[in-house]
Amino acid sequence: MAEKIATRDAYGETLIELGRELKNLVVLDADLSKSTKTAGFAKLFPERFFNMGIAESNLVGTAAGLAAAGKIPFVSTFAVFATGRAYDQIRNSVAYPHLNVKICATHAGITVGEDGASHQALEDIALMRALPGMTVIVPADAPETKQAVRAATKHQGPVYIRLGRSGVPVISPPDYQFEVGQVAVLRPGEDVAIFACGIMVSVALTAAELLAQKDIRAEVINVSTIKPLNVQQVAAAAAKTKAVVTCEEHNIIGGLGSAVAEVLGEHCPVPLERVGINDVFGQSGTPADLLAHYGLTAEKVASAAERAIARKQL
Amino acid sequence: MVLDPKVEAQLKEKALNIRRHIVRMTHAAKSGHPGGSLSAVEIMTALYFHVMRLDPNRPEWQERDRFVLSKGHAAPALYATLAERGFFSTQELTTLRQLGSRLQGHPDMKRVPGVEMSTGSLGQGLSVANGMALAGRLDKASWRVYALLGDGECEEGQIWEAAMAAAHYKLDNLIAYLDYNRLQIDGSICAVMNPEPFPEKWKAFGWQVFTVDGHSFSEIIAATEAAQAVQGRPSIIICHTVKGKGVSFMENEADWHGKAPNDEQANKALAELA
Repeated sequence: MAEKIATRDAYGETLIELGRELKNLVVLDADLSKSTKTAGFAKLFPERFFNMGIAESNLVGTAAGLAAAGKIPFVSTFAVFATGRAYDQIRNSVAYPHLNVKICATHAGITVGEDGASHQALEDIALMRALPGMTVIVPADAPETKQAVRAATKHQGPVYIRLGRSGVPVISPPDYQFEVGQVAVLRPGEDVAIFACGIMVSVALTAAELLAQKDIRAEVINVSTIKPLNVQQVAAAAAKTKAVVTCEEHNIIGGLGSAVAEVLGEHCPVPLERVGINDVFGQSGTPADLLAHYGLTAEKVASAAERAIARKQL
Repeated sequence: MVLDPKVEAQLKEKALNIRRHIVRMTHAAKSGHPGGSLSAVEIMTALYFHVMRLDPNRPEWQERDRFVLSKGHAAPALYATLAERGFFSTQELTTLRQLGSRLQGHPDMKRVPGVEMSTGSLGQGLSVANGMALAGRLDKASWRVYALLGDGECEEGQIWEAAMAAAHYKLDNLIAYLDYNRLQIDGSICAVMNPEPFPEKWKAFGWQVFTVDGHSFSEIIAATEAAQAVQGRPSIIICHTVKGKGVSFMENEADWHGKAPNDEQANKALAELA
């Protein structure tokens, strides 16, 4: 098994690097800096770190003001609070004026684990994706996180980066170059296209191995930029394989599955199977138990691929 | 403080022009918020024509003072003030709320020169002003941040999150004004959801509190100068105002919060504002 690193750890390290490089970069947190990993930046650059306490609305609003005055604010807290608690602040104070705020939310998805449903953001991609001008990035592993966070500083406008609590295998090739709006074909195949994001990318790769044992050639595509979605590349992979699976650690409503379905519906109608959280709230448990319980496993992704293939119009 | 009579006369003339614009704009738009625009006229006139460092020809000038209209529904007052101050033509004012106009129902910073923040969803502006003040301090800048809050707006929890944070970060480069006109859409603020007592609350949150007649230029300006001298904490100037000020039939009437005057009412209002 590849080395496992949590994307939040990669975020914390990158913030420190960027803190040295960009004097106008500031970081804001809401009493979770040890968990979101902004604490390292806070220690090295105390004058550019603002702990806003347990007050997420003000956290986001303050970041908007800093951005309006020329700073590049990185805002961190858990995804459920960042996107849910402060949704109106993101909508009206950040997205509507298209301010240069980077929301790097950690502890997204079911793998928050034991804290349970109140802390498991399963709709954050949907919320952020519906905001005009918002860029939505879900890195698959630590190296991609580092590049995505760096890319966010070069992108003018609001960015949402979805990060996780638990360690994920490093799956990016050593020469991988992240670019906002690009997808990455990690494994080529002709029989089915599996679009995945976040922690489900490595799961999709394992699923492709399982499918290969049955002589099914699955293409695995890392869709780390959910918005703006690369419509052309998604449609091209669908046209080639004529069967599609999406997998995400998110509600199947509103996230990657929906985004891909929109492209297929308009450009290339082929069978689609969505693997994700099936429109329910989560619960407490270990991340591994929860992933198994909610069907976010390689076996389930492989089965979904076989179902999609069986539905192909011959 | 006694304001130079000449200065005061000039400010009063500007305030009258701004009030006339507010009536004409909301009349032309057939919608909008005259009541809370009219109550804020002296505060905004004092800021834009006496207090703030700005240059209408350079709305993006780095060294300018910033103003955040947290009570974004007073957009007519802001637009009228900006136009009177020369940021854009007063001719444009009557395009308020029309399709394609820069003058949106609530301020859009991306469209209108001089508008520092897009507001409208209440409770958010003070946080933004805090962020600007923090940025100014990081840059060791001499510009200041001014924010105008509504009294009903103080029913929003975010105002108090921001109040706490401004004091925590000792934002003495920030001055807030409270347009204390005592009315919100559904009636008296105390009847709808009592946010009082204001001086005690703001003081308890760590702010320096001043209380003035919000229609007196000399009081507003004197308190502002005193607030500018305060160190180590933010200041709020609680401005006692009259909703609908200057138009007899709009004064102290909650109904005029978000209702436009018809032809007859506009004519009557303009006749009073002569």
